[in-house]
Amino acid sequence: MTPIISVEHLTKSYATSFQALKGINLAINQGEIFALLGPNGAGKTTLINIICGIVSPGDGRVIADGHDIVRDYRAARSKIGLVPQELNTDAFETVWATVNFSRGLFGRAPNAVFIEKLLQDLSLTDKRNSKIRTLSGGMKRRVMIAKALSHEPKILFLDEPTAGVDVELRRDMWALVSNLRTQGCTIILTTHYIEEAEEMADRIGVISKGELILVDEKSALMKKLGKRQLTLHLREPLQNVPSELATWNLELRAEGNDLVYIFEDSHASDISVLLQRLSGLGIHFKDLQTDQSSLEDIFVSLVSTRT
Amino acid sequence: MIGLTFNKYGVWAIYKFEMARALRTIVQSLITPVITTSLYFVVFGAALGSRVSGVGGTSYGAFIVPGLIMLAVLTQSLANASFGIYFPKFTGTIYELLSAPVSHFEILIAYVGAAATKSVVVGLIILLTAGFFVPIHILHPIWMLAFLFITAVTFSLFGFIIGIWANGFEQLQFIPMLIVTPLTFLGGAFYSVDMLPPGWRTFSLFNPVVYLISGYRWSFYGKADVSFILSFAMTVGFFAVFLGIVSWIFKTGYRLKN
Ligand SMILES: Nc1ncnc2c1ncn2[C@@H]1O[C@H](COP(=O)(O)OP(=O)(O)O)[C@@H](O)[C@H]1O
Ligand SMILES: [Mg+2]
Repeated sequence: MTPIISVEHLTKSYATSFQALKGINLAINQGEIFALLGPNGAGKTTLINIICGIVSPGDGRVIADGHDIVRDYRAARSKIGLVPQELNTDAFETVWATVNFSRGLFGRAPNAVFIEKLLQDLSLTDKRNSKIRTLSGGMKRRVMIAKALSHEPKILFLDEPTAGVDVELRRDMWALVSNLRTQGCTIILTTHYIEEAEEMADRIGVISKGELILVDEKSALMKKLGKRQLTLHLREPLQNVPSELATWNLELRAEGNDLVYIFEDSHASDISVLLQRLSGLGIHFKDLQTDQSSLEDIFVSLVSTRT
Repeated sequence: MIGLTFNKYGVWAIYKFEMARALRTIVQSLITPVITTSLYFVVFGAALGSRVSGVGGTSYGAFIVPGLIMLAVLTQSLANASFGIYFPKFTGTIYELLSAPVSHFEILIAYVGAAATKSVVVGLIILLTAGFFVPIHILHPIWMLAFLFITAVTFSLFGFIIGIWANGFEQLQFIPMLIVTPLTFLGGAFYSVDMLPPGWRTFSLFNPVVYLISGYRWSFYGKADVSFILSFAMTVGFFAVFLGIVSWIFKTGYRLKN
């Protein structure tokens, strides 16, 4: 199957001669949800902005739905919707006007029924005549999503969609995203939270310092990356890990005050077994916490194993 | 493919957006030129005009009408077009314009078209207002509209260039305030270049605005400082120059994208 987006040897240097992208190769499949994961400054926004036409590309090329984004920009862009990272909206326009503006800008004939439905899906119906500047941040983001979807794009880019977003909007957004996916829309989102990529994506690409370090199915990647640890703050310090628990991946830290269990994401259900065994052995704890390997840890391990 | 399609909905969306911006401030947009024009008539027409004899057979009040209109069209075109394209850069909403399937040329048509529409309307309102103060007759109405229209478009183009070039509000005001307004006042809006001493007269001919005002005044009263053919040629020439600059900006992507 030909990919809906293919990025080939794409580079980008900004005017400061800073190289933000160093030869990106990436193929996005039709209908998938793809998460671009990477720390701040990795080049996620740069990559997205090039594909969407906001930043001019360096070398290499990008094909979107069969159209070169530079030579055939008109056809390419009319297939793409973008919710940018920053909340940049007009102030004095109404919600209704600004969403219809976007549809027109992207070359589509007016369709009040469609826009009505879109506002409804985003819980914006009762705000349709409100001026944008009177809306809360969350509502503004909904407006930006409505604008991005106003021309019925086949490909949707969400740049850091949940940064600074409340729980309700987050939930609505995921509902919307899965709904769009069932309609065949391809979705590419960026995030620097591993959980977020995990929650939604089919495939994940990890980008660091302008290079795409790896691209993999989420499940495969999570197995690789998803080491978690459970820390039990013990009531009484232990000298050694009891021999009855030798088969568990346990270690003692903080002078025997903390018992740490390192496990793969898929083995999370073992925790209750472990806790039972511990209480059976008379080992009690005051508190517990679970941690996920941080993205930074993951990058360190990825970069060091890559060579 | 690209050359053949035209994003008419896109152009219309931007044009409507820009016009809506003016309509939100319709009172200022319309009242301001009416008041300003009336003030000019009170000061120049009534106070001074009664002491200044007519210029070339036209009463002084009537004489200044074409200049006043040009003055307003120039400043309005510059202000509207430069602000129109600068503002999305300032608020960040330019992202949408850049990511949309609209060509640079379509963006230009929409912004320049809207700015020119507004300044033509203002020009006509001033003409109407002036009609309350002095009897106005227009000898060559078609030429009058042609000069008005081309000047509005030309200076909207100029404004568009300023808006793209500007990196802050000061820069946005810089060229209009420091260059265009003086040139306009020295461009014969309130006097005939013939009234100047010979040295200044020659000097004036380097001022582009002289040609615009002179040609425009000719369309009213059939008399001009320089031949109307020359005026018209210069007017079209300015249009070509600004169009050339805009094309260069678009070709090089100057200050539009990173
Ligand atoms: N306009 C610009 N000029 C110069 N450098 C830039 C510009 N935009 C981004 N950068 C730099 O490029 C790198 C990648 O930025 P960005 O793509 O925004 O990263 P991300 O979205 O992954 O956080 C950063 O180091 C950033 O400082
Ligand atoms: Mg970013």
